[in-house]
Amino acid sequence: MTVTATSSQSLPSARKLVWRRRRQAVARNWLLYRHNRQGVVGLGVMVFFVALALVSPLLVSPADIEPATAQGVPNSPPYSGYPLGTDNFGRSVLDLVIVGSRISLLVGITATLVAVLLGATIGVVSGYYGGTRLDTGLNAVTNWFLVIPWLVLAIVLSAILGASVWIIIVVIGVTSWAQPARLIRAQALSVRERPYVERARVLGCSDRTIVARHILPNVAPVIFANAILTVAVAILTETTLSILGLGDATAISWGVVIEQAFSAGAMTNGYWWWLVPPGVAIVCVTLAFTMCGYALDEVLNPKLRR
Amino acid sequence: MRWRYLARKVGWAMVTLVFVLAFNFFLFRIMPGDPAGLLARSQRLTEAEVAEQRALFGLDEPLLHQFGTYLKQTLSGNLGTSYLTGQPVVDTITSRMWPTVLLVGVGTIIAIVLGLMMGIRGAWTRGSRFDRSSLYGSLTLYSTPEGWLGMMLLIIFAGTLKWFPVGGYDSGNGDTGIEHVVDVLNHLVLPAATLALGYGASYMIVMRSSLIEVKDEDFVGTARAKGLTETMIRRKHAVPNAFLPSFTLIVLSFGFVIGGAIVVETIFSYPGIGQLTYQAIDAYDYPVLQGVFLVSSLAVVIANLFADVTYGFLDPRISEV
Repeated sequence: MTVTATSSQSLPSARKLVWRRRRQAVARNWLLYRHNRQGVVGLGVMVFFVALALVSPLLVSPADIEPATAQGVPNSPPYSGYPLGTDNFGRSVLDLVIVGSRISLLVGITATLVAVLLGATIGVVSGYYGGTRLDTGLNAVTNWFLVIPWLVLAIVLSAILGASVWIIIVVIGVTSWAQPARLIRAQALSVRERPYVERARVLGCSDRTIVARHILPNVAPVIFANAILTVAVAILTETTLSILGLGDATAISWGVVIEQAFSAGAMTNGYWWWLVPPGVAIVCVTLAFTMCGYALDEVLNPKLRR
Repeated sequence: MRWRYLARKVGWAMVTLVFVLAFNFFLFRIMPGDPAGLLARSQRLTEAEVAEQRALFGLDEPLLHQFGTYLKQTLSGNLGTSYLTGQPVVDTITSRMWPTVLLVGVGTIIAIVLGLMMGIRGAWTRGSRFDRSSLYGSLTLYSTPEGWLGMMLLIIFAGTLKWFPVGGYDSGNGDTGIEHVVDVLNHLVLPAATLALGYGASYMIVMRSSLIEVKDEDFVGTARAKGLTETMIRRKHAVPNAFLPSFTLIVLSFGFVIGGAIVVETIFSYPGIGQLTYQAIDAYDYPVLQGVFLVSSLAVVIANLFADVTYGFLDPRISEV
């Protein structure tokens, strides 16, 4: 602004200063994060599985997971070339788990984007206009979605709308935005009361500018930590829907592998090698996201630090 | 003003229910294939019965008119007829109610008792071996899909060790009295354990973190300065204040527990509302699904109302607003 323009030329512009401070904040937080052992382990596991999902087409050829062209002995415990055994079509369970990472992570992350986008928009608007009739209305909708049994709603919704990956993503997104919205609204409400927001308003900034320049950057850390935790919940929800047979059978996710094993009688026949690996993969990924989320929360929320 | 607080909460519960009703109606009207057509495809219903249902729910009338009919029928206790069995949905649901109440009730109580006790102990001895192992154990259980956990317990304890039956509500061998009770409990162990492990873990995490926040408050320091024993400080000062946030979260998670029961009952062939839901999904039995959503919403709304009212009495600051 004018202050920067009239002062000494050697000072960087306001925008540069803001970015430098943000970079410093990220570096400071990373230092704190690095000392959080569970956070680092979680991040490592998370990166491993995301990388696995990205390179999975190079590791497994489509023919290997096609029931008609699979080469293995059906329903066999681990043997050479099939370190995790095979399913009832003779597909390698290891291949299924590698391929499953794609859909499981895709659903988890995309559904979270939907949920967080919805939740952040509603939360920020509701918090910024706190106390107005708009806030009361949005808050009532949020509370309603918090109160109703959302997992039952997700089950009913996907039963009605049919099984496809995109429908599952939308269903999970639509049923899990309320929790982020409530957290973000609370944060926005407190940020709104800070002196610099008042100063920005006195200087004549529009609501849009205030939200974009002052509210959002301060709410962003909360949104980010919460989004990481939401991915974990979304992956678990996808698994639950798949186990109930509401998953997309054409898109192999870990949940779909478990469901196929369950319906093929893996439990009564004792085919543990078919059931255990996809479940362990889900536990690892969910745990990784949860630990990252908690570690971030701890870094960004000084009250939890010790 | 306690009464005003109570009235406001009851009012909010009513509003929630009205929206559940409306939501439930329109949800099942956006589905592919209209209800009248689906009704006609049902094999269990005779043509006369289909015609009767159509007339009763006004399925040939305009949408708004249908909504009015739906409200009237629902409020008078008619939730329609199951496409699958031809029985009234209300009867189908009430006949399946008891096993679910037993399962969810026992599972939740164990989860609350264990979760809160471990959370309190963990927070109080923060950083100890007990705290670390129970926290990592809880985080792992929290990250485990309910259905898969149930399958693992089933394979280990019913399939391999044969300690417990593989599923069902009882053995159906006509036992009565104490033998029947033991039989039912025996069947209850694995499904209830699945629910309790999953939810106990999240209650533990919540209780632990809220007690950690309270532990550093000034009033705890004051209590310590007064020379109270650690047990007294924990019981009389710290836990009561940390309990309230956990209480709300426990009640809010109730909606999730009901959903979890659907999976657990499916895995253990437990003849409750959850298994009914699974069968309804399988058979596109929409009236039953609609009924299940309505009943579980009702249960959750009542639980929340109860929690809000209790909360208001436990923490007078809230009800005085």
